[in-house]
Amino acid sequence: MLSKRVIPCLDVHNGRTVKGINFVDLIDAGDPVEQAKLYNDLGADEICFLDISATNEGRKTLFKIVSNVAESCFIPLTVGGGIKENKDINDLLKSGADKVSINSAAVLKPELINEASDSFGRQCIVLAIDAYKDHNNIKSGYNVSTHGGKKKTDIDALEWAIQGEKNGAGEILLTSMNADGTKLGYDIELTSLISNELNIPVIASGGAGKPLDMVNVLKEGGASAVLAASIFHFGIYSIETVKKEMLRYNIPVRKTW
Amino acid sequence: MYVLIIDYGSGNIRSVYNSVKKTLHKFKGPNLIKVSNELSEIKKADKIILPGVGSFDHCMNRIRDITDLVETINDEVLSKKKPFLGICIGMQILADFGYENQKTKGLSWINGDVKFLKNFVDKSKNLKIPHMGWNHLEIYKKNDLFDNITNIDQFYFVHSYFFDIKHKENIVCNTNYGINIPSVINKDNIYGFQFHPEKSGKSGLKILYNWLKLN
Repeated sequence: MLSKRVIPCLDVHNGRTVKGINFVDLIDAGDPVEQAKLYNDLGADEICFLDISATNEGRKTLFKIVSNVAESCFIPLTVGGGIKENKDINDLLKSGADKVSINSAAVLKPELINEASDSFGRQCIVLAIDAYKDHNNIKSGYNVSTHGGKKKTDIDALEWAIQGEKNGAGEILLTSMNADGTKLGYDIELTSLISNELNIPVIASGGAGKPLDMVNVLKEGGASAVLAASIFHFGIYSIETVKKEMLRYNIPVRKTW
Repeated sequence: MYVLIIDYGSGNIRSVYNSVKKTLHKFKGPNLIKVSNELSEIKKADKIILPGVGSFDHCMNRIRDITDLVETINDEVLSKKKPFLGICIGMQILADFGYENQKTKGLSWINGDVKFLKNFVDKSKNLKIPHMGWNHLEIYKKNDLFDNITNIDQFYFVHSYFFDIKHKENIVCNTNYGINIPSVINKDNIYGFQFHPEKSGKSGLKILYNWLKLN
C-alpha cells in the first residue's frame, strides 16, 4: 500500500538554514546539507528546501547545496523559492533536485507550469499555493497570496489549483497562511476542499504543532503528505514519533530507512 | 566492472550516477562508472543503465535523435546479451507502444504496451494520479534481486502510466495501487524497475547492489 509521506522543510537563506535546528548531534546547525542528511537518517520520506535568498550570490550557493545533498541522500528532494523560468528549473534538476516547487512565478505567468511540465515532465513540477481565508470570496472562501504571503491576490485558491492541475502540475504544495506558524493544526477545511476536487496529490502545509495534527489532515483532509518545519527543527517531535502516531491511526507509513 | 549510464538528456541522471557510485564501492575493482551517449563507450561497458523521467514520447524521441543509439543498444543488449537495467520511463520504453501524449513506438524488447493508469484503477477508490510516493514490492517469486529485501522495504514511485505486460513470465513482482502494477520486470539479461532505486533510500541501494551482482 502507498504510504503517506512525512516531509521536513528547510528554509535556506544565502546557503544557511534560517530557522535554527537544535539537535545536539549536529556538527553545524545552520548547514542545510548536514540537516538534510540527519533527516534522511531519521526517516524523512522526502526533503524540501525553500530558498529565500534575494540575491544571485545566494542562489548560486543553493545549487552547491542541492548537489551535495543529492550525493548523500537517496530520497526525493524538492526545491522551491525564486524560480522564474524554465532555465531555473533546468539548473536545479541538473544539480540533483527531483522536483521544483513554483509559487509566485506561476501566478504572474500561468503558462510557466505548462512549459515546465512539457519540458521536464509533470512528475517534477509542484505548484505551491499559499492560501488565505477571505470572507469576500464567495467561491471557495480562500484566495491565493504570493511572495511568501506578502502580496494578496483575488485569485480563488480552488480554481487556481484546478487550473494548475490542468496546466500540468504533478502535485500541489498547499500552505494555509492562516494556520502557518500557529502550531494549532493544519487547515483541514482548506486541504479537503482542494484535495477532493483534484486528481493529483496534495501536500498539506502550515500549522503542525503535534503528531495528531498530521493524523487529522491525512485522515480528514485527504492529504497525501504532510510538510512541517519547526516541530521537527526544534526537536519537539521526531519524524519517528509522528510516524508512530500515524500508525496508531492505521495510516500507512514507511517503516524502514 | 564498467557501468555505463546512457545520457540522453534525462533529468535525473545525476541521482542515478550518485547511487551507482555509492553501490559500486562494495565491489572489488577496478570499477568504472560513466554517463555518456558515445556509442564506443556503450560497447565497452559491462553493464548498461537507461534512466528516465518525463514522458514516453519525449524519451523515445530523444533516444532516436542520437544517431545509431537504438541500433547499438539492440546489438549490445539483444545480441550480445549485456546486462541492462531500465529505470521508470527507461523501463517503459522497452514496450511495443506507449500511449502518453501520443501513440509512440517503443523498443519492443519486452512485449506489452504502456497505458494510462487512471483508465484502469477503480474510480470509487479515489486514488491520486500520479502514483507518487513509497510503496511495497509484492514478492512471490524467489529472485537474487531480492537478497536482503523483505516486504517491509519500500521504494519510491512516481508515474501516471504503467507497463501492461503481455507475457506474465516477464513480471518479477507487482506493486499494488488500485491494480497490480508490474514493478520489476525481466527477460533474459534485461531488467526494468518501475520505481526509482536511486531515490529509494537504503532499500533502493540494496536492489541496485543486487542487480550489479547478478551474472
